[in-house]
Amino acid sequence: MPALEFRDVSFARPGGLRVLDHFDLAVETGDVVALVGRSGAGKSTLLKLVNRLLEQDSGEVIVEERSTREWEPIRLRRRVGYVLQDVGLFPHMTIAGNIGIVPRLERWAPDRTEARVGELLDLIGLDRRTFAGRWPDELSGGQRQRVGVARALAVDPPILLMDEPFGALDPVTRVELHAEFRRIQERVKKTVVIVTHDMREAFALATHIGVLDAGRLVAFDTPQAMKASRDPRVRQLLDS
Amino acid sequence: MTALIRFWLSHRAEFAGLLAQHVLLVGASTVVAVAIGVPLGIFAARRPRLSAPIVGLANIVQTVPSLAMFGFLLPVPFIGGIGTRAAIAVLILYGLLPIVRTTITGITGIDAAIREAGVAMGMTGGELLRLVELPLALPSIAGGIRVAAVVGVGSATIAAAIGAGGFGEYIYRGLSMVDSTVILAGAVPAALLALAVDAGLLWVERQLSTRRRSASRRTVLAAGGAALAVLIVSGATVAGRSNGAIVVGSKNFTEQVILGEVVAQTIERDTGLPVQRRLNLGGTLICDRALTTGDIDVYVEYTGTALTAVFHRPITTSADAAYEDVRQEYARTGKTLLPALGFDNTFAILVRGQDARSLGLKTIDDAARVTAGWRAGFGYEFLERPDGYPGLAKAYGLRFKGEPHVMDLSLSYRALSSRQVDLIAGDATAGLISALDLVQLEDNRHYFPPYAAAPVARAQTLLRYPQVRRSLEHLGGKITAADMRGLNYAVDVEHKDVARIVAEFLTRKS
Repeated sequence: MPALEFRDVSFARPGGLRVLDHFDLAVETGDVVALVGRSGAGKSTLLKLVNRLLEQDSGEVIVEERSTREWEPIRLRRRVGYVLQDVGLFPHMTIAGNIGIVPRLERWAPDRTEARVGELLDLIGLDRRTFAGRWPDELSGGQRQRVGVARALAVDPPILLMDEPFGALDPVTRVELHAEFRRIQERVKKTVVIVTHDMREAFALATHIGVLDAGRLVAFDTPQAMKASRDPRVRQLLDS
Repeated sequence: MTALIRFWLSHRAEFAGLLAQHVLLVGASTVVAVAIGVPLGIFAARRPRLSAPIVGLANIVQTVPSLAMFGFLLPVPFIGGIGTRAAIAVLILYGLLPIVRTTITGITGIDAAIREAGVAMGMTGGELLRLVELPLALPSIAGGIRVAAVVGVGSATIAAAIGAGGFGEYIYRGLSMVDSTVILAGAVPAALLALAVDAGLLWVERQLSTRRRSASRRTVLAAGGAALAVLIVSGATVAGRSNGAIVVGSKNFTEQVILGEVVAQTIERDTGLPVQRRLNLGGTLICDRALTTGDIDVYVEYTGTALTAVFHRPITTSADAAYEDVRQEYARTGKTLLPALGFDNTFAILVRGQDARSLGLKTIDDAARVTAGWRAGFGYEFLERPDGYPGLAKAYGLRFKGEPHVMDLSLSYRALSSRQVDLIAGDATAGLISALDLVQLEDNRHYFPPYAAAPVARAQTLLRYPQVRRSLEHLGGKITAADMRGLNYAVDVEHKDVARIVAEFLTRKS
């Protein structure tokens, strides 16, 4: 049973530009799916349909066997971790405050939240005594991005969505974080959907790679199979 | 400077009371303006189409002159009338604009990615507002509150015009006495209070926008608590002051303040009842309205003024007919006109003594020949009243160079003597007339109606306290024009204390 499924989903931006055109995709539990495509191919839109920041015009998005239309949006969003393109840490909250935000919304007891924040700081490799009380603008880009991941994992949601999570980082940091991500995923075993325009990133992280073009999924396979693909749309991305 | 300090030292208790009133006016109005303005700003920020009209409306409110605002609010139930409540209502209206505007900018200025992060984390609308939007907009909103409070300290000086007290009381008193020491006695602490409020709120703003450690939050909370305590103490002080059985009002010029004090002390001496003074109210209509609503029980009015300005009746030149007409009109609205005090404060057309002598001016007719090259200065009331300037100009064929300057009645004497204008309409009993070497021109065509001064009281009050009626009846005919000029002179020129000279005067008369 897939953890997340798109069934015949179409979406047009206000103004009529068609972003998704009868899109189908099933993501199995525990898989890490990287969706690759040129910018404007509808990758971010796909993620926002999952937690209902946007709503599709037709078709169904199924999360844990229920259509997102049947989910109460607030509940849905707290069940789905989300790492934003530009991180979006709250500048007026400490690192601990940022990581603990969803537990706070879920009205966890403060000491339970604190313990969870400590665990997550350990998980992302930031010293809890040094970093818990810091402010987002005191962190490097890579550190902020890790905090973004920790925040998304705070209430242990089964699904994790990541929108160009490492896009703004320098190449060295990016490679470091790729390794970090694999290590974390090894331990938490989430169903992950990563959106990226970088094929190398997809190969570094994913168990499956999907290629988006003109609002449709034109290829979906394991990295090994993808490498051997003869499809010109895949080759173009691979060779770029 | 020493005069100023001496004034403060000799008016310590009063000064403390005025400070308490001023703080209460600004504090209470700012708190309510925040309570209305922040939600309104949040509402407008969510509906961009509404934010322009809301800010526009607040803008318009802010441009209404404060005295006009008091005028608009006079007939409004609950918040209208005179006193602290009406003053706070006006100050709230003025405080709204900066608060609404900074709330809107604070919220709409938040990075879209941060708001989206909040939504994506599963925040409800309320949680987003409480946890993200308001904290991030707080420095901006705090700036707006600071502006509102500082502007409020300035605006609150106007509150004295409707008997709400505050440092404006000294400013108005000083203006009516043409005594810059008294003006400064109110203006200086008002300015210092504005600076202190500005510095205090700026400090709070810094604590909120710089790093937000819980310690500094606690300090801010403590400071807020202290401010609230000050507010409550002010409120209690002010409330504690207003429990006189009989409330005596007056308009805002020296003679009226003296007469208010005469009435107050007479009642105190004769009846032993506690008397509360609400002197320096901003004009005839405010006094009349206050008498109607019961905010005051008695004040001294002039027959000609009552006839024309209150009852909109044609001018009559017979003193007896005027008194009788006014008495009957008042009786119809539940007010009692008591016996006239004995002097007539008609308008006095005044020129500099030097001009009168060199041009040989004795009557207004004499002056009419030379005024074409002169500038005139009149109080706004004189310009508007039916027995004022338009009729005078017609009766005597007066013409001036340009439109008459509109100025505060109490400032016009000094404007005349310092040659800013060449002719004014003052009070016949003004002490400054002889002090500044001004000459009253004779009203040889008998244009001005009689202005006999007489107390007017609420009939209800007189029924309840017949001893007050007897006491005020005894005052009839006791004050001559010479007495009045002397009293005015003692206050306006010699800067003597009103309460003291009135006490001496009443002792002398009894």
